[in-house]
Amino acid sequence: MSPPAPRTTPTGTAILALLRKELLLERKVPQLVPAMALFSVITFVVFHFGLQRRSVDGEIAAGVLSVTLLFAAMLGANRLFVADKDEGGFDAVLLAPVDRTALFVAKAVSFLVFLVALEIVMVPAFALFLLGPGLTLEMVGQIALLLLLADIGIAVIGTLVGALGIQTRARDLLVPLIALPLLVPVIIGLARGLAPILVDGGAGDLAGRWLAILALYDLVFGLLAYAVFDFLLDD
Amino acid sequence: MGDGTPGARPGGSPVVPAIRTEALVRRFGERVVLDRLDVAVDPGQTLVVFGPNGAGKSTLLRVLATLLRPHRGHVEILGEALPDRAWAVRGRIGLLTHDPLLYGDLSARDNLRFHARLHSVEQERIDVLLDAVGLLRRADDPVHTFSRGMLQRVAVCRAVLHDPEVLLLDEPWANLDPAAIALVEPLVGRSSGRTRIVTSHDPAGGLLEGDVALGLKAGRAALLRPSAEVTAAEIGELYAA
Repeated sequence: MSPPAPRTTPTGTAILALLRKELLLERKVPQLVPAMALFSVITFVVFHFGLQRRSVDGEIAAGVLSVTLLFAAMLGANRLFVADKDEGGFDAVLLAPVDRTALFVAKAVSFLVFLVALEIVMVPAFALFLLGPGLTLEMVGQIALLLLLADIGIAVIGTLVGALGIQTRARDLLVPLIALPLLVPVIIGLARGLAPILVDGGAGDLAGRWLAILALYDLVFGLLAYAVFDFLLDD
Repeated sequence: MGDGTPGARPGGSPVVPAIRTEALVRRFGERVVLDRLDVAVDPGQTLVVFGPNGAGKSTLLRVLATLLRPHRGHVEILGEALPDRAWAVRGRIGLLTHDPLLYGDLSARDNLRFHARLHSVEQERIDVLLDAVGLLRRADDPVHTFSRGMLQRVAVCRAVLHDPEVLLLDEPWANLDPAAIALVEPLVGRSSGRTRIVTSHDPAGGLLEGDVALGLKAGRAALLRPSAEVTAAEIGELYAA
């Protein structure tokens, strides 16, 4: 008699299972999105007083929005794997007959969803507290496209570094220390892309060059993270 | 089985052990936690592992569960060598540890749904198992509201959800009252008919539960004999300073 065939779960099924669990946890006990949203609003207030300006536009507005997003995302990346580490989610995945990169894909996609949810609060708050020029529908579309490309990079790198950091005791230090330098190109691309859109007196053209750079960076780090994530989970 | 080496049926073909380790070594840094361990468990049999805290019991279970790599020696589960063929046995092993591997903010049903999806198990089995351990009425409550015993019952459901052939059980009866033990016994106890490795600190109860007893001391096999030939006093000596 031949031995029983190995039981394996298709990667797509595993990704969906993990993604559903992530979203369910955040829906039942909201943690990441409220923490990041509150942080971003407070940061805008701090910028308001720190810059001693009632409003900002152009390059300064782009810089404030980009940096606030980056620091709020660090908060999320730091907490991304906490429940899995503390409550055995890592072991649950490692014990299941699934490709371990399913965990990476599900975590990165859920982080992306949380970042988009954050920006739904963050961008209107920025427009309300700091931004000089009023937001038009065209500006919103351009900002959304740039933010989405930046979010993909932040989600991929944040997930990779978050998984690395959770294995160490110095998680709070290690995650920003590694992630921030890696995310500098994303911030440059985002800020340079946003600056002409946020100028006073009407939105400039969306710079295709920065969109392409952001997209390329997302692709390179997406592939890199997919290749190395498995090793991060190995003992 | 019997002496910890692969067994043979009288006059028949040799029995292929469900679990086999040869000269297994596992370290944490410089500290050797499992030291040249030889163990074999035949299909359907139970190996009960005794030993003081830090003797290597939980580490042995984690190596066999494919969560830790062996650093030296040979490990085989259901005929598949670890760690190279770990992927082929993951869906055939059930692990029950001190950590229930459940998300506290999710309900028992949501937790089991998550594990069922990871193991491609029909959702109907969840209610069957929750009913079997007497928790169907509390199925939709967050598990952080559960007592330790109730958590352990949900963890038992998780461990057997995918109907594993091999069970690795780290003190499975801890936190359970006699009524709860009676409920989970058919799932993870001797009557489950599965190949089991069970750790225990209870000499009398553990010896009754196992076919073979392994006594670990500082990662080494200080004792490896059929349970029927081992006395509680011998197990007690393992714990002596």
